[in-house]
Amino acid sequence: MSKKRTLPMGAHFMSGDIACAEGAIVAGCRFFAGYPITPATEIAEHLSERMPEFGGIYIQMEDEIASIAAVLGASYAGLKAMTATSGPGFSLMQENIGLAVMTETPCVIVDIMRGGPSTGQPTLPGQQDVMQAKWGSHGDYGIIALAPSSVQEMFNLTIEAFNLSETYRVPTLLMGDEIVAHMWEKVVIPSTSEMRMVSRKKPHVSPDKYAPFMPEDDLVPPMACFGEGYRFHATGLTHDEYGYPRTQDSEVQTKLVRRLCEKISQNADRIIKVEEVMLEDADVVVVAYGIVARAALSAVRKAREAGIKAGLLRLVTLWPFPEKHVTKAAKQAKALVVPEMNCGQMVREVERAAKETSVAFLSKLGEDPHTPQEILDVIRRCA
Amino acid sequence: MVQEMVHPFTRYLREAMMPHIWCSGCGNGIVLNCFVQALDELQKDLDQLVVVSGIGCIGRTAGYTNADSFHTTHGRAIAFASGVKLANPELEVVVISGDGDLFAIGGNHFIHAARRNIGIKVICANNFNYGMTGGQQGPTTPLEASTTTTPYGNIEHPFNLVHLAAASGATYVARWTTLHVRRLTQSIKRMLQKEGFCFIEVVSPCPEIFGRRNKMRTGLDMMEWFRRASVVENFSDPSKAEITPEKLVVGEFVNVEKVSYERLLHEKIAQINEKAMGW
Repeated sequence: MSKKRTLPMGAHFMSGDIACAEGAIVAGCRFFAGYPITPATEIAEHLSERMPEFGGIYIQMEDEIASIAAVLGASYAGLKAMTATSGPGFSLMQENIGLAVMTETPCVIVDIMRGGPSTGQPTLPGQQDVMQAKWGSHGDYGIIALAPSSVQEMFNLTIEAFNLSETYRVPTLLMGDEIVAHMWEKVVIPSTSEMRMVSRKKPHVSPDKYAPFMPEDDLVPPMACFGEGYRFHATGLTHDEYGYPRTQDSEVQTKLVRRLCEKISQNADRIIKVEEVMLEDADVVVVAYGIVARAALSAVRKAREAGIKAGLLRLVTLWPFPEKHVTKAAKQAKALVVPEMNCGQMVREVERAAKETSVAFLSKLGEDPHTPQEILDVIRRCA
Repeated sequence: MVQEMVHPFTRYLREAMMPHIWCSGCGNGIVLNCFVQALDELQKDLDQLVVVSGIGCIGRTAGYTNADSFHTTHGRAIAFASGVKLANPELEVVVISGDGDLFAIGGNHFIHAARRNIGIKVICANNFNYGMTGGQQGPTTPLEASTTTTPYGNIEHPFNLVHLAAASGATYVARWTTLHVRRLTQSIKRMLQKEGFCFIEVVSPCPEIFGRRNKMRTGLDMMEWFRRASVVENFSDPSKAEITPEKLVVGEFVNVEKVSYERLLHEKIAQINEKAMGW
C-alpha cells in the first residue's frame, strides 16, 4: 500500500505540531527548511518523514536565518514553502520576513510561542510574540497572522495560512503556543472536496510584457517563478513595477510601501476571521485568542450560568487586527476583558478599537494559562 | 547607411539597468564580463539560469544579468540559492557576491552549503574591504592594511578563502585576479559544467575605496600588483595560497567529483516512494 497519501478523512488523534505538519502537506507545501527549537521541533521531525513521501523537500539548515532564506528561494522556484520555529528563531528570521514582504514571496512561518524574552522558558507557553508578528521586521508593511486555539486549528489554520499567503503574496504567520503544539487532541480531517486550496496567480502576459510587481485590482501582482522563461529581477531594495531598484525615487517608494500595506488593509474583510460566542446581548465581552480563548469560553459559560450576560470574541486572525469586530462588540458592552499570556500586547489594539468602552486586562506569565475562574472573577467585577 | 552596433553580449545583460554603479578602475565589470563570456561559450540557456547575490557593489550583478535574478538581504545569497536549487535542481544557480557578504555576515551559510555539497556555483569578488559602505575593514582585509575603520592598520588575520572552501568540502576551488581574464573565463566554464558546490575567488581591484589608502591609487596600480605578484600554482596546497604584496598565489586548487546533495536527496525520495509503493 502506498504511504504516499494524506491522512484519510475522519477523526484522528494527534499533537498540534503533527497537525500543523499534516495540514501543510494537505495545503500543498512541498518545501520545509528549519532548525531544531523547542517547542516547534516536532513539526520538523514529522515533515522529515512525511515530505519525501510526497516528493517534497525537507532540509535542516544551519540556523533560522538560513531556513527562512531557503524558504524564500524555494517559493521563488515555484514550491509552496514553510518553516517553523519559536521565539529565538522567530527573532532571527525577522530581517528575511521583511525581504519576503518586499519581494512579495508567498510563504508560511510557524511560530510556536514560548515564554520570553531571550531563551526564556523553552518548554512553557507564551503569547509574547504577537506584536513582533506585526512589527518585527524594520519598515512599514502589512502582514497576516493567525492564532490557533486547538489541535484542530493547527491543522485548519496551517492550510488557511498557505491559502492567504498564496492569495496575497505575503508571508503568513501561524502564531501557535507551546500548549496547542504539544497537546494531543481529536482532529477531524474533512474530505478533499470540503477543503479549498489556493495557489498564487500566474502571469497572463508573455515574458517581454511581464512586469513582476505590477499589481492587479486586488493590489497583488501575478507571480512568475524562476525557470519559466520570464527572466525577471527581484530585490529587497525599493523597486518599480519591473523589479528594478529605484532607491532615490520618493514617488516609487511611496507607491510601493503604501501598496504593501494596503494590499492587506484593503482586503482585511476577506482575510479576517473571528469566532463570536453569545455576543448578541453581552454586557461583558472577553476578547481572547490562542489557548487562552479556551479558558475564556469556559469562563463565559460559567458567567452565563450565574446570570451574567457575558460573551466571547475570539480572534482567529490577529493581523490584520479585527478592529471592526471589536468596535462593534464594544459598542453594546459595558466592558471588555482581555486575558493574555504576556504583559499587555493585543490589549493595546483592543483599547484602540473599544473607543469609550472600558477594557480590563488580565496578564499571566510563567507556566499555565489563565484558569476559567481567574477570568470569571474579572467578568464578575466588570458586570 | 549606418548600421547600429550591437555588442555581442547585449542579450546577456539588462540594458534597462545600465549604467552600472561601479567606480572607474573597479574589477566588478571584468568579473561580469568573464561570467557572460563563459555563458556565451557554453551556450547556456538563460531561461534556466538564476543569478543570486547579496549586498555590496558586486551584488548588483544579479540585476545586470538578463536571467531570473534575486538580490537578497546581506549575507543570505547562498541560503536563498540553496532553496532555489533544491526546489528545482534543473536550474543553474549561480551566486555572485563579495567577500564581506559571503564570508563575514554570510560565512556560516558558505561553509554549510559547501559541506552539504549543494550544487550552487559561487563567484566571490574579493576587494579586501567593504566598498559600498565606504571602505571598512572586512574578513579578507590584509594585516596592517589601512581602511576607514583600521586607521592605525589592521590587526585581524584575513581568511584564506580558497583554503576555507577546500576545507569545507567544495568540489571545485580556484582563485584568479581580474588580470587573468582568459583563465578566469575558462575556470567559470569548468565550474558551470560540474556537479556540486563550486567556488571561484576573484581578487578584484578597488582603487577608489581600498587602493588609495594602501599605496595603489588607481586601478592600474592594483592591476600592476596582480601582474607583479601573481604566481600560478595549479593544484598546490590551498592552505599555502598566500596573498601578500610580494606573492599572490592563483590557480585551480580543487577539482574533484562528489555526488551533490540534491542528487542524493532526490535519489532518497525516489527510494522512499518505491518502498512505499511496495515495489
